[in-house]
Amino acid sequence: MKYIIAIIQPHKLTEVMGALEKANIPLITVSNVLGRGRQKGITQTYRGTREVGSLLQKVKLEIAVNEDFVAPAIEAITSSAKTGDIGDGKIFVLDLHDVMRIRTGEKGSEAIG
Amino acid sequence: MNAGDTAWLLISTVLVFAMTLPGLSFFYGGLVRRKNVLSILMQCFTVAALISIQWVLFGYSLSFGPDTGFGVIGGLDWIGLKKVSGTPFPDYAGTIPHTLFMVFQCMFAIITPALMIGAFAERMKFSSFLIFTLLWATFVYDPLAHWVWGNGGWMKSLGGLDFAGGIVVHASSGISALIICLLLGKRTGYLKEPFRPHNLPYTILGGSLLWIGWFGFNAGSALAANDIATHALITTLIAPAAAGLTWAFIEWYVNEKPTILGAISGALAGLVAITPACGFVNVGNAIIIGIIASVLCYLFVVKIKAALGYDDSLDAFGIHGVGGIWGTIATGLFAEKAVNPAGADGLFFGGPQLMPQLIMVLAAPIYAAIVTFIIYKVVDLTLGVRVKEKEETIGLDLTQHGEAAYTVIE
Repeated sequence: MKYIIAIIQPHKLTEVMGALEKANIPLITVSNVLGRGRQKGITQTYRGTREVGSLLQKVKLEIAVNEDFVAPAIEAITSSAKTGDIGDGKIFVLDLHDVMRIRTGEKGSEAIG
Repeated sequence: MNAGDTAWLLISTVLVFAMTLPGLSFFYGGLVRRKNVLSILMQCFTVAALISIQWVLFGYSLSFGPDTGFGVIGGLDWIGLKKVSGTPFPDYAGTIPHTLFMVFQCMFAIITPALMIGAFAERMKFSSFLIFTLLWATFVYDPLAHWVWGNGGWMKSLGGLDFAGGIVVHASSGISALIICLLLGKRTGYLKEPFRPHNLPYTILGGSLLWIGWFGFNAGSALAANDIATHALITTLIAPAAAGLTWAFIEWYVNEKPTILGAISGALAGLVAITPACGFVNVGNAIIIGIIASVLCYLFVVKIKAALGYDDSLDAFGIHGVGGIWGTIATGLFAEKAVNPAGADGLFFGGPQLMPQLIMVLAAPIYAAIVTFIIYKVVDLTLGVRVKEKEETIGLDLTQHGEAAYTVIE
């Protein structure tokens, strides 16, 4: 089992979720995050104080999947989140030790989907 | 000069100002996505500042100054408030200072272009917005105000009734808003992804402040603290009450749940529609005008806009254009001299008032549409009206103003 974390452009969220759903991966957790990669943030000004390259709004997706779904998930995210500009984000894939569904007590790959 | 009238008009002036800041700015601000809320607040703020100055420099003279001869526009006699003094000007208002009439009217000149922000929200360049607003106020609002309210204005001479600005303020800005959003095109992603209002409590707060300010807008337009002002205040309470409930009930029937955004949208439709009629129709007919306004605006906002696919982002046309046109026609149907001897009898009371109302409803929007089209093209060819797609994606707050409304982390 893998745990996929993807950081994407906020305006790509609808498209990415659509692509994941098409790949039969509808389960997802989404949060608003701030971050900065190689793309510099936009300069903000508050009463004359310039704040250069501050953090940018991004959206973080978290998906737990069985091995079979790792490649399709990555493919779905990359193809739908890509604009080709700096700032499109990153995908991190982590090993996942265990999963438990709270309602039923199911564990492991049974509990994942 | 009458101290009571003067006191009421001073208060009304401030109430109408509050319709734009903070009323309309928060009403619209809550409806956009979080990345654009400051751009809306900034646009509303800028209209208030810019048009105040335009008004005292030359706007008031063009609108209300002595007619240049054809009933089309006032001259430059009152430029820079020359000859506009504390002495009453009886042709407009005999019991209050002329300067007070001038500044009361200034608030109407401010809110009218601000209403159009709803049509081009989330995608207009700030620099172009500034120029566009100034040109629109000068070449659309000022002439229309002169036609309907100015001494010698041709619609006024024709006997057209517009108590507080149904045609001058709402229909003109609504139609112009439609032209702008057709020319400007849809927001990127419109109808493909959900565009949810980012803060509905802001919208309800702003909408409620609009209603409060509207008491000054309508009842103040009596230009006196008297029975007509009181009557206008009552219809300004009752018509939107009926309209707000109507919209909520329609939603309840169609979508199984009534929403607060629906209720406040209905109330605004009712406020717009009662604006030209508020001092001329009885309270029972105010209820009817409100209910019909809600049904018509609902059809335009929910059904017709979706069917035709234009992006009137915050429904400036759907509410103000449609409501203003309906209210102006309704005045020709329901007006009665029993309510206001200075008015006229509408069609349902055996009077001839419907014809001048229909002429207003045709002429003013056509003029507004044509001139808006020309101004838009001029600004687009020189400065470009729309922001780049990338800027639109990031949001106008950061790309036009270098500010963000909300922090996620301190």
